Amino acid sequence: MVEESTVRVKRGLAEMLKGGVIMDVTTSEQAKIAEDAGAVAVMALERVPADIRAAGGVARMADPVVIQAIMDTVTIPVMAKARIGHFAEAQALEAMGVDYVDESEVLTPADEENHINKWDFKVPFVCGARNLGEALRRLGEGAAMIRTKGEAGTGNVVEAVRHARTINREIKWVSTLNDDELMAAAKELRAPYELVAEVKKIGALPVVNFAAGGIATPADAALMMFLGVDGVFVGSGIFKSDDPPARAKAIVEATTHYTDPKLVAEVSKGIGTAMKGLEISEIPEENLLQTRGW
Amino acid sequence: MKTRPSKELTIGVLALQGAVREHIRMLERCGVKAREIKVVSQLEGIDGLIIPGGESTTIGKLIVKYGFVEPIKRLAESGIPIYGTCAGLILIGESVTRGEQPLLNLMDITVERNAFGRQTESFETDLKIGTLGGGPFKGVFIRAPLIEKTGQEVDVMADVSGKPVMARQRNLLVTAFHPELTDDTRIHDYFIGMVKEA
Repeated sequence: MVEESTVRVKRGLAEMLKGGVIMDVTTSEQAKIAEDAGAVAVMALERVPADIRAAGGVARMADPVVIQAIMDTVTIPVMAKARIGHFAEAQALEAMGVDYVDESEVLTPADEENHINKWDFKVPFVCGARNLGEALRRLGEGAAMIRTKGEAGTGNVVEAVRHARTINREIKWVSTLNDDELMAAAKELRAPYELVAEVKKIGALPVVNFAAGGIATPADAALMMFLGVDGVFVGSGIFKSDDPPARAKAIVEATTHYTDPKLVAEVSKGIGTAMKGLEISEIPEENLLQTRGW
Repeated sequence: MKTRPSKELTIGVLALQGAVREHIRMLERCGVKAREIKVVSQLEGIDGLIIPGGESTTIGKLIVKYGFVEPIKRLAESGIPIYGTCAGLILIGESVTRGEQPLLNLMDITVERNAFGRQTESFETDLKIGTLGGGPFKGVFIRAPLIEKTGQEVDVMADVSGKPVMARQRNLLVTAFHPELTDDTRIHDYFIGMVKEA
């Protein structure tokens, strides 16, 4: 008997992406640069987060013509973003055959209470999280992969670090609990009890967890790998720098060999200037992307 | 033929990218030592090598960049068993029918990448693998390749609708599917058997 799109198959694709870099791209030319640099997947979107931030207005799913062109150009998996709660955008992406949907806070949310019921889909989903409770709520809705939210479009890794450390700390805490403390923990985390119990049992998230939101340099990627993530998303960091192909390659190598500081230093040479970046405290609170999602 | 006890064996898992941890877990469950291989010098002294699933274009580029092509070819020629899953199968194959990439050209097979389609066509199915004994094996296929053509020396061990998805040629073993994502250690045990006899 053939069973398509099982939980194992959905989570399994993310397992195959481990140790790799997923790059935001807005054109098929950028997608080719990403693939040539060794990206394990590309994320198709209308504008990179830094430009979304600058442009304001409503950020939506990318133009299907562009997504199709990217799918026709590269052989690596193609992911695309849908707005939080916008299941019709996600259905359209699934119908086009994208390999993963990112229900993303980088786009303008379509529903301020509910996320997409991701169990309804054949296509797997990745979702952002700032802490363990948020990660487990997304898994409860059917997500097959988690990423830190960080603060997209800033080129500032501080929020991704905060979110990765928070998730690690909360996993450690849950691992130390007795079984009779798990329901109270579920209440505190606002997370499904069964998933909290699973985290206690395996001492980890039951899915692959990548870093995202503010990664701009090879050393940023290495830092996040040291914090225990399985791989990295780089959004604006590549195509907002002044030498995207060189920077993309360097970030791929630093992710593979993050434990080798000499190599990280070596690949960081001669790759031009990183994107300028934003100090988080200078962003008005209502303009933060990470607070979107419930 | 003399065989060695499992605990004396070290099997390397190429750890440039992909599902490395799962193979290591399987090998340890089977009672052999597993070693992550990130640089060529770590190939020294291994009794077998697994090239895991991942993105074949990415792993292919890193294999070239870090000088693994010739050392892995020499291992294969010296008779050390090598097992490739999914992306590993693509890299071990002789040619691919879709998309160009650097290959190791070890095994006399032609591979079609993403032969079943994109992720939404990924699936699980029960495979009949006579060599293994026991019941069916759960084949987990993720954007999986197929073996299009096989040379005379290649022994097809399992198929999906008549197309080979598992094959062996002397010391080389490939599967288009992912036994490391299941709890079934029979294929890893079979590979360890190849290593013991090598």
